[in-house]
Amino acid sequence: MEAPLVTLQSGPREKLRLAFAVNGEERELLVEPYKTLLEVLREDLGLTGTKHGCELGECGACAVLLDGELALSCLVPAVECGGRAVTTIEGLRDGPELHPLQAAFADHGAAQCGYCTPGMIVAARWLLDRKPDATRQEIADALAGQLCRCTGYQQIYEAVESAGRVLRGLPPLPPVVAAVHGEEPHGR
Amino acid sequence: MADDREATPRPGPRALDDDRPAPRPGAASPAPGLAAVGKPLRKVDVRGKVTGETRFADDFTMPGALHMKLVRSTVPHARLLSVDPSAALAVKGVRCVLTGKDFPIAYGLMPVSQDEHPLCNDKVRFVGDPVAAVVAADELTAQEAAAQVRVEYEPLRTIATPQEALATADPRIHDYGDAPNVHKLVAFDFGDVPAALAGADQVFEDRFFYQGNTHLPIEQHAALAWVDPDGRVTIVSSTQVAHYVHKAVARALALPPARIRVIAPPQGGGFGGKTDPFNHEIVVAKAAMVTGRPVKIALTREEVFLCHRGRHPTLMRMRTGVKDGRIVGHSVETVLDGGAYGSYGVASVHYTGALETVTYRMDRYRFRGCRTFTNKPPCGPKRGHGTPQPRFGLEVHLDKICEKLGVDPAEWRIRNAVPPDTVVANWMRVRTTGLVACLEAVVKASGWRERRGRLGRGRGLGIAASSYMTGAGISITFGDLPHTGVQLLLDRGGGVTAFCGASDVGQGSDNVLALIVAEVLGVEVGDVKVVTGDTSLGPVDLGSYSSRVTIMMGNAAIQAAERARDRLAAAAAAKLEVPASRLCFAGGRVFDVEDPARGLTFAEAVQRAEAQAGTVGTVGSYSPPTPTPRYKGGGVGPSPTYSYSAAVVEVEADEATGELSVEKIWVAHDIGRALNPVAARGQVVGSVYMGLSEALMEEQEFRRLPPKLSRALVHQAPSMLEYKSLTFHEMPEVETILVEEPDAMGPFGAKEVGQGPLLPIPPALANAVHDALGIRVDEVPITPHKVLAALAAPDRRYGPAAFPDVPWPEPLLVPPPWEGGDGKATNERKRERRLPGAKP
Amino acid sequence: MMRLPRFRYLAPASLPEAVKVLGDLGPEAMPLAGGTDLVPNMKRRQQTPANLVGLRGLAALRAVSGDAGRGLTLGAMTRLAEVERGPVAAGWPALARAAATVATPPIRNTATLGGNLCLDTRCSYYDQGEEWRRSIGYCMKREGETCWVAPGSDRCWAVSSSDTAPVLCALGAEVTLLSRGGERRIPVAELFADDGIRHLSRRPDELLTAVHLPPVEAGQRAAYVKLRRRGSFDFPVLGVAARVRLSAGGTVEAARIFLGAVGSRPQEARAAADFLVGRRLGDEEVIREAARLAAQVAKPMQNTDLTLGWRKGVAREYAARALRELVG
Ligand SMILES: Cc1cc2nc3c(=O)[nH]c(=O)nc-3n(C[C@H](O)[C@H](O)[C@H](O)COP(=O)(O)OP(=O)(O)OC[C@H]3O[C@@H](n4cnc5c(N)ncnc54)[C@H](O)[C@@H]3O)c2cc1C
Ligand code: SF4
Ligand code: FES
Ligand code: FES
Repeated sequence: MEAPLVTLQSGPREKLRLAFAVNGEERELLVEPYKTLLEVLREDLGLTGTKHGCELGECGACAVLLDGELALSCLVPAVECGGRAVTTIEGLRDGPELHPLQAAFADHGAAQCGYCTPGMIVAARWLLDRKPDATRQEIADALAGQLCRCTGYQQIYEAVESAGRVLRGLPPLPPVVAAVHGEEPHGR
Repeated sequence: MADDREATPRPGPRALDDDRPAPRPGAASPAPGLAAVGKPLRKVDVRGKVTGETRFADDFTMPGALHMKLVRSTVPHARLLSVDPSAALAVKGVRCVLTGKDFPIAYGLMPVSQDEHPLCNDKVRFVGDPVAAVVAADELTAQEAAAQVRVEYEPLRTIATPQEALATADPRIHDYGDAPNVHKLVAFDFGDVPAALAGADQVFEDRFFYQGNTHLPIEQHAALAWVDPDGRVTIVSSTQVAHYVHKAVARALALPPARIRVIAPPQGGGFGGKTDPFNHEIVVAKAAMVTGRPVKIALTREEVFLCHRGRHPTLMRMRTGVKDGRIVGHSVETVLDGGAYGSYGVASVHYTGALETVTYRMDRYRFRGCRTFTNKPPCGPKRGHGTPQPRFGLEVHLDKICEKLGVDPAEWRIRNAVPPDTVVANWMRVRTTGLVACLEAVVKASGWRERRGRLGRGRGLGIAASSYMTGAGISITFGDLPHTGVQLLLDRGGGVTAFCGASDVGQGSDNVLALIVAEVLGVEVGDVKVVTGDTSLGPVDLGSYSSRVTIMMGNAAIQAAERARDRLAAAAAAKLEVPASRLCFAGGRVFDVEDPARGLTFAEAVQRAEAQAGTVGTVGSYSPPTPTPRYKGGGVGPSPTYSYSAAVVEVEADEATGELSVEKIWVAHDIGRALNPVAARGQVVGSVYMGLSEALMEEQEFRRLPPKLSRALVHQAPSMLEYKSLTFHEMPEVETILVEEPDAMGPFGAKEVGQGPLLPIPPALANAVHDALGIRVDEVPITPHKVLAALAAPDRRYGPAAFPDVPWPEPLLVPPPWEGGDGKATNERKRERRLPGAKP
Repeated sequence: MMRLPRFRYLAPASLPEAVKVLGDLGPEAMPLAGGTDLVPNMKRRQQTPANLVGLRGLAALRAVSGDAGRGLTLGAMTRLAEVERGPVAAGWPALARAAATVATPPIRNTATLGGNLCLDTRCSYYDQGEEWRRSIGYCMKREGETCWVAPGSDRCWAVSSSDTAPVLCALGAEVTLLSRGGERRIPVAELFADDGIRHLSRRPDELLTAVHLPPVEAGQRAAYVKLRRRGSFDFPVLGVAARVRLSAGGTVEAARIFLGAVGSRPQEARAAADFLVGRRLGDEEVIREAARLAAQVAKPMQNTDLTLGWRKGVAREYAARALRELVG
């Protein structure tokens, strides 16, 4: 990294070389400086699992892990990602098996339209990597940068809790179903 | 189910006698237990959503695609003098610029409101109205060039509010409508309400305001269009209404419908925001035709706010006469701020009165509705379409009435609930109703009786109930065609493909389709492949709105599946030498109920049927029963059946700052039957969330600059940051209770669940705030400054002071069923004038 | 999709190189730290520097040194997520708290302390897309003449919206500014100017390199209370930062109070602070009077979320809440 005075420099219409790791694979490409990581992932690399709802940092749909930290890909110029490791929703599972978070979101109804889901799951992964037994308050604190218009968040809490258990080697929680009037409440 | 249409309605309240039997789960066998219905199974489409593989509209691209940007009006109201694209065309990378001249034909969603042009022709009507489209090699270049398009305007006076619209004869935003800047006026008298009020013990009057708000789906609208090698204009778009887009493109571009294909991939939320055909969808198709290249457009969040079609800001006045504790007369007047175009507005204004009658008994009912035009993005349908506003008014109004009468508002509601099998004052037909059960459920769960009024100052409980349609009885486009169709193809491997035009907006319709077909045919849900949201690959479905998909598509799916089952049964009966009536379809097999070992696999049964009479394909379709109301305008509001909801909200109110924190919500919903209990609960909680978000903070508000200095009228905060919606932190725990009383109209008894539970939340919150602080905020949203203002006001109230003068037309006189008549108006005139130049 | 405008990207490899580049390019260049303010502003074309100078490669700007006894120096590129935890949380919890209320978790993982101090002032007539601003004929802050918040005014009233700034002011923190010409170290309060357009005393060729927290004194207490609509995402519409030193007996010996988001720079509530000195915080009367005095310096304008009258009205209550926190 040392030596040159200015390590990278571009003209406004020149492309810059970007070498980084995406979901564990080394990628190298030329990018326009104006493109954010979001645009490069979706448009240059075809990884459309990462979504966008504002491109201004205001919704959380574009969340990815950047060197293991939750980040908004719409706010990061791609040229700043050289040498870094990016994990997107596509990188969550290795093989056909769903990641416990993905399985839990599917089982607990935590994905309705599914549009906030990639960002939500990536954010939840960031949390559970640090705290697999996160409390509801900790889940709210960690996911508070992700907006969802469909679920009312409740089933997301339940999915994250269930996945946390699986990551801790415990059995998953059964999905909560509504109480039916006249019957004894069931579920949890 | 056209053959299931009802007989001509007879006057008077009566029981229903013509319900068709509930669908039978097995061909001719005693019904076995349900295998898939009611089970907490994963949705069929959920895997793609959690892996990121589901492709939403903006995830589609084509090699060589060009990108389009719309140039939008920067003035709110003006004659369009000229659009000069030359500077934009000179930008390197620009392929073409389209203007209003390329789009001479108007379009619109409703046949009576064909008032939009894909790009404005002679006038612009709000900041954001598109005037040109720039197509370039990439999106940034298109954006840069769009700034180079020179537009000349001759400004016209800006009309910002309904009051201004009512007071302004000139200029007119449109040259049609029931009065100069009034889109639509409606007036109904279901009995003589003034006489009823005169005879009442007490008469109550209230004014309410419900602010406009928008859908804010996280997915922004996007569309990709190309001309297929076979000449078909193909559009992939984030739309809830592929069929209406198809129609609008055909009309506006004068193309033969058979040469257009609209694909609606799953939407990243819609909530009604993607139920109009949009200008960008038509323009992008034209751009693809002009350039011969695929063309893509993806709207920014700000543009999504400008597309809008959201909740109408609505002023209301309600008057109610009570005698011996019951409503003898009820009057509702509404004034809607419609924005710049018609959209669904004619339906919206009717909806502000149509469902006022289906919850509580009322002897007579009077309704006046007015939709004005203003120079703002058009309003339209948002979750609950036109009904959350009067529902808020009615439920708060009743809370005040109960307070004055000294009765418990929950008890009053239970006592006055419309009973099942009733034709109500405005001739809507209620079949099953879980209203009382819903109320009882939330009263019990919340500890209402023990806790209300006893939580101490600053904490309170509020209750409200509501009802919503399960699909509309009449389609927006009128006509006698079915509202949906399902087509099945059974293959020799035992796979079933179900085709339907419906598209999944996140509500789970793909799953419902697979589930129902699987249940009827006794196969696994995973054996059913659904092909939806494609006008070339499936029968028409009118779209994902109006809570219509489960009931309509579901019934069509049952019909198609039963027809398939009959074919398989006939073939299997021949093979097994068992009467078809003894065959049961379950567990992937077709077998003799009396000797279950005797049977075929499902795949063998398909093969036998194919050998017997050729490829196994069937169709089903659905038309709702003929509506009971027969007066003009009575087409808005009838539904095959209504869902009911009730909610109790517990709030903590900070007296020093007026800030509210909602601690918990109990909600009960009459769903008929939950086809998938996990998904159903999700719909309930999601609806509650949206209702609460509206009630606490959402506002589609506009900003006018000092008129001496500027004519500007702009959206106050077209961003996700400043248009406030609830985050994890503000959303309380919701306890959901489902009331399951299967309704014969619904597939396996199911009613709607995607919209209804939103409705009781805003009024329940307002009522809870009253319980906490003794104040009335007669407005939505209930923001901290309104709470403080009400605390400081002598009458402890914050809300609209006045109701505008409206030139109401002579009302249609429709006697309620118990006052004679046949559901027709006694004074109906000939058909109204149509919009000049509009084709019916 | 909103896109950045075109720009030239430079990534200096060393601090001297960075200040050389900034010196050469002057106002034509802007430093890019976490980008969580600058990137949205550029997408909205509020700021359109021809050159972006990426600071990511400058390890010197990430250095953290010192402790509660000696004071702490935080490199300008310290991320807010780090300010929330570690030595700051241990010694200066009010600052950690302020950092923890900024925006959202993913933003705090990227956003830097230096960027938070240099955050552009905000205004609801200004934090809008290019077309929106064109529709109102722009405003004085960029491309227009009129200030729509106060049309007769000859200045811009855009709001200083940083959460950490008022706390750093109250704590008496300092910043180092480095340019080709050398280094200067100034109190954080002097970094800000009372003008929505030229809101920083930092020159375009200067780099903010470090923030210095003074040693924690015996009896030091500090608090930060933020008023905003939601528990996440939202900028402050009022931030109350207070720092006192209490005697062993609980009497206030020194006090400093700053209000954020109610002016173009953090507003010092000197009268309130002076009033507190010599008094005891346990006395609710004292808190109320100090809060009343503090609220007087709040000069909110109608250019943020929530209504002006309400924001004025609750300033006292929020000031009192911050002061009460000092007691506990
Ligand atoms: C949705 C959203 C919500 C937000 N909410 C809040 C909030 O609640 N409170 C809050 O305080 N902020 C908020 N922010 C703003 C922003 O995220 C933070 O202020 C953040 O700390 C800025 O830091 P940064 O490193 O990202 O700055 P950048 O965007 O990189 O830079 C900001 C400015 O500082 C300049 N700059 C940066 N570093 C230096 C340096 N070392 N020397 C000289 N100049 C420098 C840049 O040139 C630029 O002008 C929000 C932003 C978003 C998008
Ligand atoms: S305060 Fe006035 S000049 Fe400054 S940004 Fe706002 S409107 Fe523009
Ligand atoms: S797209 Fe909304 S935060 Fe990035
Ligand atoms: S599932 Fe639709 S936005 Fe979250």
